[in-house]
Amino acid sequence: MTADASSVSTPWMALRDTDRPAEPATRPDTVVAVDFIVNGKPCRLELDPRTTLLDALRDHVGLTGTKKGCDHGQCGACTVIVNGRRTLSCLSFAQMNDRDEITTVEGLASDGRLHPVQQAFIDHDAFQCGYCTPGQIMSAIGCISEGHAETDADIREYMSGNICRCAAYPNIVAAIRQARDEMERA
Amino acid sequence: MNKHAALDLKSSRIAGGIHTDQRHDSAHKHVTGTAVYIDDMPEPAGTLHGCLGLSTATHATIRSMDLSAVRAAPGVVDVLTAKDIPGENDISPTGRHDEPVLADGKVQFYGQPVFCVIARTREEARRACRLAKIEYDEHPFITDAAEADPKNPKLVTEPLTLKRGDAAATIARAPRRVKGQMRVGGQDHFYLEGQIALAVPGEDRDVTVYSSTQHPSEVQHMVAHVLGVPNHAVTVEIRRMGGGFGGKETQGNQFAALAAVAAKRTGKAVKIRPDRDDDMTATGKRHDFLIDYEAGYDDEGNILGAEFRYAARCGFSADLSGAVTDRALFHCDNAYYYPAVRAVSAPLYTNTVSNTAFRGFGGPQGMVGAERIIDEVAFALGKDPLEIRRRNFYGTDTRNVTPYHQTVEDNIIGRIVDELEKSSDYQRRRRQIAAFNANSDVVKRGIALTPLKFGISFTATQFNQAGALVHVYTDGSVHLNHGGTEMGQGLYVKVAQVVAEEFQIDLDQVKITATTTAKVPNTSATAASSGSDLNGMAAQNAARQIKDRLIDFASETHGVAKDQILFLPNRVRIGNQEIPFVELVKQAYNARVQLSAAGFYKTPKIHWDREKGSGHPFYYFAYGAACAEVSVDTLTGEYMVERADILHETGRSLNRAIDLGQIEGGFIQGMGWLTTEELWWDGKGRLRTHAPSTYKIPLASDRPKIFNVTLADWPEAHEPTIHRSKAVGEPPFMLAMSVLHALSDAVASVADHKVCPCLDAPATPERVLMTIERLRKTRAEH
Ligand code: FES
Ligand code: FES
Repeated sequence: MTADASSVSTPWMALRDTDRPAEPATRPDTVVAVDFIVNGKPCRLELDPRTTLLDALRDHVGLTGTKKGCDHGQCGACTVIVNGRRTLSCLSFAQMNDRDEITTVEGLASDGRLHPVQQAFIDHDAFQCGYCTPGQIMSAIGCISEGHAETDADIREYMSGNICRCAAYPNIVAAIRQARDEMERA
Repeated sequence: MNKHAALDLKSSRIAGGIHTDQRHDSAHKHVTGTAVYIDDMPEPAGTLHGCLGLSTATHATIRSMDLSAVRAAPGVVDVLTAKDIPGENDISPTGRHDEPVLADGKVQFYGQPVFCVIARTREEARRACRLAKIEYDEHPFITDAAEADPKNPKLVTEPLTLKRGDAAATIARAPRRVKGQMRVGGQDHFYLEGQIALAVPGEDRDVTVYSSTQHPSEVQHMVAHVLGVPNHAVTVEIRRMGGGFGGKETQGNQFAALAAVAAKRTGKAVKIRPDRDDDMTATGKRHDFLIDYEAGYDDEGNILGAEFRYAARCGFSADLSGAVTDRALFHCDNAYYYPAVRAVSAPLYTNTVSNTAFRGFGGPQGMVGAERIIDEVAFALGKDPLEIRRRNFYGTDTRNVTPYHQTVEDNIIGRIVDELEKSSDYQRRRRQIAAFNANSDVVKRGIALTPLKFGISFTATQFNQAGALVHVYTDGSVHLNHGGTEMGQGLYVKVAQVVAEEFQIDLDQVKITATTTAKVPNTSATAASSGSDLNGMAAQNAARQIKDRLIDFASETHGVAKDQILFLPNRVRIGNQEIPFVELVKQAYNARVQLSAAGFYKTPKIHWDREKGSGHPFYYFAYGAACAEVSVDTLTGEYMVERADILHETGRSLNRAIDLGQIEGGFIQGMGWLTTEELWWDGKGRLRTHAPSTYKIPLASDRPKIFNVTLADWPEAHEPTIHRSKAVGEPPFMLAMSVLHALSDAVASVADHKVCPCLDAPATPERVLMTIERLRKTRAEH
């Protein structure tokens, strides 16, 4: 596994060979206007068209509850609800969400009352560092409303897009079970 | 409105004292998205963003570097290279001067930071990074421990030898012998919140750095060293991390130092938050090891002598590798007594990122070596490995000296294992599994019960000290600060419980505040599982100083003997009368009694002589055991963990709810390390597993189907630790060894348990399949 010791020059290339080719380092002059409703409030933003929904929420709307774990659609930390469906906000360009209705973790509690999933996460200590928690909660809401929370095995399977590196999984599953029962009763 | 009117002045217990289940202090904030991590802080106006330019050669001299296009790119404000470092271009945590902030003239691993772009936006900084033109003259490199010269390898730091008795002679004389080699993989931390630093320039030479770090004092020292300013000019603060696991013990230094340099150069706040691939490429991980072992034993399975060589892939610099490889040796015994033993470490230089602390800090790798010997002995004798384990456990009065000559004084492993054996129904299930396997061609089951004993304390004695700062305000509320950092492990709430208990006030009267070098100086890393032990004691000490002053004051003014003054829940009994706590505080303030104190603690009893390989490096040991059952598809190597039973102890737990979370989480994270998490370097020395798409971290669906976790309720710390509790951060991680050995047991069934599977870690499905194939072949040949 040793390289040829003779002098080989490697020009600076893309950081990793799997990366896409270098892109022009110019900023597009175009700015797109995006209108969406975030947590019930209409919101109009002027964005670089490449802005992800995640960055739009965090950097432009100022809602930092939604977290960036990988920015690649691989960890689930950025999960939000778009038109009733759980969505990875790092994989969606904000302009694709024009006119959409978006709910983030900040929009769940109403009149000072926590959403049943939020309350269940507290009741079951379903977190340690808390960084995955907003994404877990949004994903859990999706999981329950899709009807994918019938059994523990279902919950585990349909929550497997959300990494918890602290591995609070047993408590997360228990919390979703409790919230499911409560939401079904309601 | 005085909130204290609501305090319960009659109750017999405070709300939130020690030995009670308390929620994580940030629970409500976590579920509402209001817990602030560094990337969530409002940015000061004009904040600039940094991105690191990483090397694309594995070991090379930089022939030329043209950054003109980078500088000219839109939004770029500054570009830093090694020559722009105003102080020392070094962030070696052990002072070896082997770890540059930015590569200077040569690069030693693929992905080493070479330059740093500072731009108006993160996006602009990232784009500009790609425009660099760097030419390298490449040199030969090694990336793997097995490629190192076995006789005279290049090391990053001094190796350690532990020995007791004459192991070689004992092994040579032993009736039976075994010898082999084992590979144990590394592990990426994948803290969900990546590395991040935000530096805000101040007046004079000052800078404040918000750094996601387990070790604010070290970040402070490193930033000062790199800026060439005194420590007093640098303040480092951290409220919480989104996970650390050891990966933020030293690895935050680079980002903090660069952000600080850029902030001072530009006069603007600078934030550096690498993207996930860069984070995984450019920051250190758990060390992988190549373990050579040899043991002599008798026909009953008693180990008579053992020899080990633990060779670790340390990367291009020492970082913490000396202490990590030392700790591997300290755990080459796990819970077993070796009548004669010799263990040596080989901290190897490799052209890979410099490996670092990770939960267990070399201990897990050490123990895995011990467990391999147990397996080998059991298979050679055709016995249940549990029988061999038990036979070799440390004794209580005899057979109780470790390879580093410390006597084990608190051994409870026998009882832990006995209780777990019963509660997990091990013996019956073992028979059932044998019957199942006899009738199942493809799917094979396996079971294993493994013990653990883990030494608690930093092995560098000087780190075993801590400070705390406690203020009591005139409304009776308390401000708490200490040197420990919160990364999800629940340290903050535990220490607050200790302070609430001391003053006998409700937990919500104690305000937990962000760790900062300006309040408590010269702290140690929150590491080695020592957070609650050290900071709990320091905070208790601070609270007691204030309490003593309050008692002195009350005794004098009320003319009551000191022993007649008692702190009751939210009130104080002074002779025959009871007054609210806040009342006493007000009186004391008016009488000019100091209501603030700096607490301090240093762990007693410990000492360590590395030259001699002898001492008392650990204050005490933590114990636990786990029993895991797996099913393996022998055609594909895929497997499931069907069930895991855990019995673990944390002495008299300060907070069982928090401890249980640590145990479950530690076990699952350990399982990831030993099963699916595989780091893979290609032939060019590039780490190719730099995102969760290629690096498999356990998910909800991977946890054991049945998972019974019990915290033993009978142990208490043998030493006077904080309320007789014990550390919990790292030990449960090693409970996961039961999964590796259950897999090994399942795999062994394809050769009727006649051949030791010698299953290496991580036991990915691929490796399990290869081991099955090897066993089938070996069996067919005999
Ligand atoms: S940040 Fe979107 S999935 Fe990880
Ligand atoms: S709580 Fe830390 S990642 Fe889930």
